[in-house]
Amino acid sequence: MKLARDTWLIFERSMWLTLHNPVWVVFGLMMPFLYLVLFGPLLESITRTPGFPAGGNAYNVFVPGLLIQIALFGGSFVGFGLIAELRSGVVERMQVTPVSRLAMLLGRSLRDVVILLAQAIFLVVIAIPFGLHIDLPAVIVALGLLALVGLVMAPFSYALALFSKNEDAFAPMVNAIAMPLLLLSGILLPMQLAPEWLRTIAAFDPFSHGVDAIRALFNGSFGDPSVGGGVVITAVLAVLSLYAASRAFGRSVA
Amino acid sequence: MAEQATAMVETHDLRRTFKSRTGAVEAVRGVDLRVEAGEIFGFLGPNGAGKTTTLRMLATLISPTAGEARVAGHDLLREPGKVREQIGYVAQGGGTDPAMTGRGELVIQGRLFGMSRTVAEKRAVEVLDSLELTDAADRTTGTYSGGMRRRLDIGIGMIHRPRLLFLDEPTTGLDPQARANLWDEIRKLRETGTTVFLTTHYLEEADALCDRLAIIDHGKIVARGTSDELKSQVAGDVVTLGVGGANDAALSVVSSQPFVREASVEGDLIRLYVDNGDSAVPQLLRLLDGAGLVTQTISLNRPSLDDVFLRQTGRSLRDTAA
Repeated sequence: MKLARDTWLIFERSMWLTLHNPVWVVFGLMMPFLYLVLFGPLLESITRTPGFPAGGNAYNVFVPGLLIQIALFGGSFVGFGLIAELRSGVVERMQVTPVSRLAMLLGRSLRDVVILLAQAIFLVVIAIPFGLHIDLPAVIVALGLLALVGLVMAPFSYALALFSKNEDAFAPMVNAIAMPLLLLSGILLPMQLAPEWLRTIAAFDPFSHGVDAIRALFNGSFGDPSVGGGVVITAVLAVLSLYAASRAFGRSVA
Repeated sequence: MAEQATAMVETHDLRRTFKSRTGAVEAVRGVDLRVEAGEIFGFLGPNGAGKTTTLRMLATLISPTAGEARVAGHDLLREPGKVREQIGYVAQGGGTDPAMTGRGELVIQGRLFGMSRTVAEKRAVEVLDSLELTDAADRTTGTYSGGMRRRLDIGIGMIHRPRLLFLDEPTTGLDPQARANLWDEIRKLRETGTTVFLTTHYLEEADALCDRLAIIDHGKIVARGTSDELKSQVAGDVVTLGVGGANDAALSVVSSQPFVREASVEGDLIRLYVDNGDSAVPQLLRLLDGAGLVTQTISLNRPSLDDVFLRQTGRSLRDTAA
């Protein structure tokens, strides 16, 4: 009960601060839009390439990838905000209140998930005129899975921020981890196009399962085995990430 | 209340060692403290003396390497959560978000301590009013002056009416008027029964504001007591003499006098600790005159806390303070 209340308080404050900084909100919506407009048309001709998944509609392959990309990159950069809060002393100030340490993490992470879902819905809606076909129940499940990906990335980013404590150390660390995860997850192009060795490595990228699952959902195949697998793997990762990050919050900022 | 009879802060052999690449740094080396309920207690010392580290330990932010402490009636190590409910803590750099309004910060802080939104909003109005921040309440803290931000920091620290408020260097960086203003706020807190534990490296602040003091240097307490008690440890009054470079001759004349407790040369001046300054000055002048020495300057001062610090550490706090 206290955890829920504390989480809500931290969420409310974080959300207020985010919404009062419209630069980030607009920037966050511009990115996927630019990808869609400036990169999407390239894909239309690729769908005829041998090896491209059958029944391939370019946007039904590409939009799920973009969604994961927003989750991966948007999520991994949230730590920058926490570093600013560490520097201003806000985190330390709250650590000397009875507020739950887990709530300090959950409140911020849930704000990140809400922002992520808003961006995702915006992207899906504007992709429809480009040619994206959607099956509403499947898309809703896909968004749920996307929220889980956000719950993996945001706590992970916060833990890294608490560990590194400054942007100079944080930025390269985040890039070094997020970039290969992104490339191997088959976000931009389906991994079916990849050579055997690359596909083998990619299977170890936990997010590739999430991407596969979200793609399957966008193609309306609820029963696809990748859906269940993707959800389970991502959920396990989210729990691990939340656990590690809440421990980092519990330890002091010293 | 039974707790009123006991100390608000009591530490025993509190220690903290930081590990760095060059080895272990002993920031706090066995601090024993007792802060009584209702007083303003000052921790005076130069930068790097271990003041902030001690305060952060007592505020549950870092754990001691060794030692014990009771803070606001609870064991620091076993019940840090209970301690947090009873205390307020204002860090040296404050803790406000530049994009948040003053009122917003006060309300969220109250709610984090369990107040409902309505109660927290009412309390925020009171605090804003008492700190004369009402006009700036709905501006973002990024637009505040240094003094206003510091007052808001203290408001955030006291929103939940803590029994004990820690203030780390509350007036560092403020102009004299803002400092005097803040001193008044801190005295008002004492009137409402709040115990205040502050750190400072300003002698005037320790002297003017604190009921009792502990002087800390290199992680250890070197003296403690009221300002007057500490000053009386310094034998008598301080006479500073300038004799135009004839320091050695002058020193040999005056140091043998029974009323001169201590004599030392500091730069171009001679510093004497004498029993009774008012009668010592004419006697000194006669003696120096008789020895054929020309006294160019002479001044008589009551001992300051700096003299206490100097005597305990061999350094002047004015030189070591940043």
